[in-house]
Amino acid sequence: MGKLEYAPAPESRAVVHLKPSYDLFVGGDWVASQGGTRFTTISPATEEVLAEVAEASAADVDRAVRAARTALRGPWGRMSGADRGKYLFRIARIIQERARELAVLETLDNGKPIKESRDVDVPLAAAHFFYHAGWADKLSYAGLGPDPRPVGVVGQVIPWNFPLLMLAWKVAPALACGNTVVLKPAETTPLTALLFAEICQQAELPPGVVNIVTGAGGTGQALVEHPGVDKVAFTGSTEVGKQIARSLAGTRKRATLELGGKAANIVFDDAPVDQAVEGIVNGIFFNQGHVCCAGSRLLVQENVADEVVRRLKRRLTTLRVGDPLDKNTDVGAINSAAQLERIRELSDLGEAEGATRWSPECELPTRGFWFPPTVFTGVAQAHTIAQQEVFGPVLSVLTFRTPQEAVAKANNTPYGLSAGVWSEKGSRILWVADQLRAGVVWANTFNKFDPTSPFGGYKESGWGREGGRHGLEAYVALAGGQEEQL
Amino acid sequence: MTTSAAVADPRDAARDLLGVSRLTDAALTTWLHGLPGVDQVGCEQRAAGLATRSVKTTAKVWAIDTAISMIDLTTLEGADTPGKVRSLCAKALVPDPDDRATPRPAAVCVYGDLVGVAREALGDSGIHVAAVATAFPSGRASLPVKLADTRDAVRAGADEIDMVIDRGAFLSGQYRRVFDEIVAVREACRREDGTGAHLKVILETGELVTYDNVRRASWLAMLAGGDFIKTSTGKVSPAATLPVTMLMLEAVRDWRELTGTQVGVKPAGGIRTTKDAIKHLVVVSEVAGDDWLDPDRFRFGASSLLGDLLLQRQKLATGAYSGADYVTTD
Repeated sequence: MGKLEYAPAPESRAVVHLKPSYDLFVGGDWVASQGGTRFTTISPATEEVLAEVAEASAADVDRAVRAARTALRGPWGRMSGADRGKYLFRIARIIQERARELAVLETLDNGKPIKESRDVDVPLAAAHFFYHAGWADKLSYAGLGPDPRPVGVVGQVIPWNFPLLMLAWKVAPALACGNTVVLKPAETTPLTALLFAEICQQAELPPGVVNIVTGAGGTGQALVEHPGVDKVAFTGSTEVGKQIARSLAGTRKRATLELGGKAANIVFDDAPVDQAVEGIVNGIFFNQGHVCCAGSRLLVQENVADEVVRRLKRRLTTLRVGDPLDKNTDVGAINSAAQLERIRELSDLGEAEGATRWSPECELPTRGFWFPPTVFTGVAQAHTIAQQEVFGPVLSVLTFRTPQEAVAKANNTPYGLSAGVWSEKGSRILWVADQLRAGVVWANTFNKFDPTSPFGGYKESGWGREGGRHGLEAYVALAGGQEEQL
Repeated sequence: MTTSAAVADPRDAARDLLGVSRLTDAALTTWLHGLPGVDQVGCEQRAAGLATRSVKTTAKVWAIDTAISMIDLTTLEGADTPGKVRSLCAKALVPDPDDRATPRPAAVCVYGDLVGVAREALGDSGIHVAAVATAFPSGRASLPVKLADTRDAVRAGADEIDMVIDRGAFLSGQYRRVFDEIVAVREACRREDGTGAHLKVILETGELVTYDNVRRASWLAMLAGGDFIKTSTGKVSPAATLPVTMLMLEAVRDWRELTGTQVGVKPAGGIRTTKDAIKHLVVVSEVAGDDWLDPDRFRFGASSLLGDLLLQRQKLATGAYSGADYVTTD
């Protein structure tokens, strides 16, 4: 007969009003950077320049930290939890009202498909503000201690894979617990954070409670090392996390680190196979694999390995890679040239070390940064691609024979952020989940997030938890703690 | 659709596939329960994801015409009259008097006693006559009655028989009984010249309730030699849902991989709008493959869907919505 074609359905960019150039957001106002240095942020899907952004120097960071301290000593520090909660609710509602604008901007700046920014990132970001708004006046009942106090000024550094969502994960609990923040978004994806600054203004949040300084590694380092910062919250690579840990050692600063991962997605022979294939796809190709908890290692039981891989390959031929603003797109652009280069290097290494590489036929756009969904079979634990985080749409397939072997292989990694188990047998799921050293274990699903559920890692995947009641712990000081710092 | 020529006995094929010397409830249970399970949350999530694909403008023109050509235009009311069936046939012959290029539906589907009327009205137009049989919709009658019902309809000129399975037997684990009935009805579809009417097996998924049951019933129907597997009678709610259609498409896709035989899928009941129909076509394309985008392999059982497809078709042609009165009612 014929073939069903989809019509291009690009989301309109008209809803986003980009300014040619952005300053820093300090003390409730836009201020020019002192050095005057600027850098550009581009759309990874087209390489088009979206805007110029100020690069914050150490002096700018100092100014932001001082503004945060002033707000902490001023109206924000004196405010009741119930009133703080009102601001958080207001921010959550504005995020919902401006959801479309935020989603389109996120997709433009990051390269992720609009259906992910629209259906996952933005709703979850709003949910984090709603959830933490509820905690703001109930902290004494969170089981953390009788009189939880704010930690103080929090320096937050977030990555480029979920720019707005990571901002929400960091800012919402910090504000709920009465802290003030200085946040540095990633240099390739600063725009939604800058739009969030506008949202703070719209919500009439007292000046200095949220400060946003844009810049690259140097800006982040200045923020982390600033003596006026009481706590550092970082999400990003394990390598940078280690540098931060080193620089914080011996100081009074607290830290939470949410770092890399190399999650095992374990498929047993009795798994619901079609849903497992969907889960594998969602685990590694969601957000182009730019997910710290991505299911990048598929551990599949040997007796069904061929069938699962065959079904997976067939499924991948229907994945649609391309214009991220098109709502039919499943896989968008790689975030930056540098990341694309890293994915290429690691994939080439995978082939050189003897694994078999496969990608579905797919036409990639000529401009922008693109990498096809890729599956490596015949991977062994010793291969680099089974050990190192690729942070791209690259899946390594390994096999196992017994549940014990699956657990041993899954745990045999320096990371421990997340894992997935697929089986129709409940007792096996519980046993495996209990054995896995991973902060999150998903059963018969993958990449599910909720503000009420704590998230964080074991080993080199980081320190501390974000979200849920556990996540509040990092943002409060208990009696006898640091309130004199205020 | 070509009428099926004499083929091997499904009982032999089933024994071969199962690797048993005797087809028993136990053997069928082991085999059907050995099929991979279905995770409800994941299954519904996948169907919901596919429902967001955008089919517009030229793609929509193609999809609407394809959907029209896949319709089994149906009337299954106790109050059906020869006059009602004749006017339905007239609509099938000329779906849109203002646009003679409009494709015709695949078949007209009626109760067995009205097959003769439909056959006469449709003449040699190429539109098939489908009849529901086997004590439709409940399926609650003795086997001889069900077979007589089927033979009657075939003798009256039905090209296609839509049979219902015995859900009571299925739910109580009497898989052999369900299997045997399908095989027997399939034989009853045979005409004197050796050709046979096409057999669509209605699973009535709303009564099977779980997705695991839907998958097992699909495989059982294919094992017994059904040419099509069909979701519902349209008399039970829920009827055809997108996740159920998707599961059945997965089943026919996997069946073809296993046996090389292509079985069709027919969602029926509750698909009323162009939007719904297009969502189903997306699932056909992405789950089973474009091979199934063909009236020989995919049908919609519907009574009012054609009207909405015609309205949308007119809208695409003229740029303006006309209104319900610009499409004939039956």
